[in-house]
Amino acid sequence: MIEVKNVNKSFDGNHVLKNISAVFETGKTNMIIGQSGSGKTVLMKSIIGLHRIDSGRIEYDGRNLPDMKMNEIRILRREVGMLFQGSALFDSLSVLENVMYPLEMFSPTSVAEMKERAIFCLRHVDLAEKAYNLAPSEISGGMQKRVAIARAIALQPKYLFCDEPNSGLDPKTSLIIDQLIHEVTHKFNITTIINSHDMNSVMEIGENIIFIEKGEKAWQGNKNDIFHVDNEALNDFVFASELYKQVRKVNQ
Amino acid sequence: MSIFAPLNYQLTTSNMSLLSETGRYFLLMKRVFSVPDRWRMFFRQFPKELEKLGLQSLPIVIIISAFIGFIMTMQTKLNTSNPLLPTYTTGLVTRDTLLLEFSSTIMCLILAGKVGSNIASEIGTMRITEQIDALEIMGVNSASYLILPKIAAFVVMMPFLVIFSMAVGIGGGYFVGLFTNILTTGDYLLGIQYAFVPFYVFYSILKSVIFAFIISSVASYYGYYAYGGALDVGKASTNAVVNGSILILFFNILITNLMLN
Repeated sequence: MIEVKNVNKSFDGNHVLKNISAVFETGKTNMIIGQSGSGKTVLMKSIIGLHRIDSGRIEYDGRNLPDMKMNEIRILRREVGMLFQGSALFDSLSVLENVMYPLEMFSPTSVAEMKERAIFCLRHVDLAEKAYNLAPSEISGGMQKRVAIARAIALQPKYLFCDEPNSGLDPKTSLIIDQLIHEVTHKFNITTIINSHDMNSVMEIGENIIFIEKGEKAWQGNKNDIFHVDNEALNDFVFASELYKQVRKVNQ
Repeated sequence: MSIFAPLNYQLTTSNMSLLSETGRYFLLMKRVFSVPDRWRMFFRQFPKELEKLGLQSLPIVIIISAFIGFIMTMQTKLNTSNPLLPTYTTGLVTRDTLLLEFSSTIMCLILAGKVGSNIASEIGTMRITEQIDALEIMGVNSASYLILPKIAAFVVMMPFLVIFSMAVGIGGGYFVGLFTNILTTGDYLLGIQYAFVPFYVFYSILKSVIFAFIISSVASYYGYYAYGGALDVGKASTNAVVNGSILILFFNILITNLMLN
């Protein structure tokens, strides 16, 4: 479980995160949603430790991140997997080598065992075997996301962060990636935090949703509650598309 | 308020910027020279960098050194046609110029362009495509993992490149005697052996090792702290080459003053 308590963060006097508190539960797909510029990426980067917060606490199962030294943060990060918006696969390595990379860095096992684990992860994300020895640039965006998920789970992380996992993907592939993240979260009992503004993803896998508006937590709930909230900013966000306006009409 | 106030302000801020950039460079180097997370990974990267930064620079070193050796011999002979000068002068001047300055300083300025831009653009692209963030999130010391093998490989390869440059440059001069009637090969060979100071070779190699460190570390610094898009990677690459070259020239004066004065 990750618990965020009274987190504040400013950039050059611009107060981006305003006293945010939230709980991200283990074994659930926790989503941070909000409009562009609302502060959700800053919140996620602060939780990971890429931004140093001005005040507050970020507790990973009781361990407060801002109190940690760099070496302790590095050790904590070995329990973290991350799926980046652009996949962030290493260009110079093949698909298989990308998934083996975290194992080679931190796992005490033999090369054969690492390879076995990497292949297990790649099979788990349903990646075709013929792609294993290709370079990341030679596979599609959807396949790159699968490889990135496989790499993120290779070290059996306790925490998984996903930054806009559906960015640049077609609706069908987006759905597959969402389901994959959901399945991995439940199967391996991971605390997953997803940063997204894709309503389809929210409706598909949003088990614990935090809505950020102008740097403040404006709402928290799940995908079933989201249609019945009396919050103008959230309604503007949720019902921006014609499809969801129709869904609301049907619900009403 | 003085009319120079804005200028003073600019100077102050640029000095602050220079100081903070220098501080950030040394902090990065502190991270680079920490013990690698896995030596196995370092030794896997190291030969790749030897090949990429060292061996792949060999063709340009050979081509430029051969032509410069050739043209330097021609120019020296054609512009020193004084009967009072001994016949071996051309060979001697060519040799000492190559040993003292060309094969170390000028060659390093050329390599600052080739290798410096290569390193800065590679690391800069990794930065803007979040690959460095991915390493950090995994708990890897990205500075040490990415930069240390490059600096180590380039510093190791540089003496060999310098020795190659010296040999090929002097060989290029020999071809003037062989293929033209400007001077004889006998005079040239006598010149390159006359009053030879072995210390010059040591001095040149030592200089080049320091320059190799400057080229690779400065380029890594600009690449590592690149941000934005493709345009910014280009800017980082240009900054790496320009500032690397200026530092080479500055350290050239410093080292020459310390070692030859």
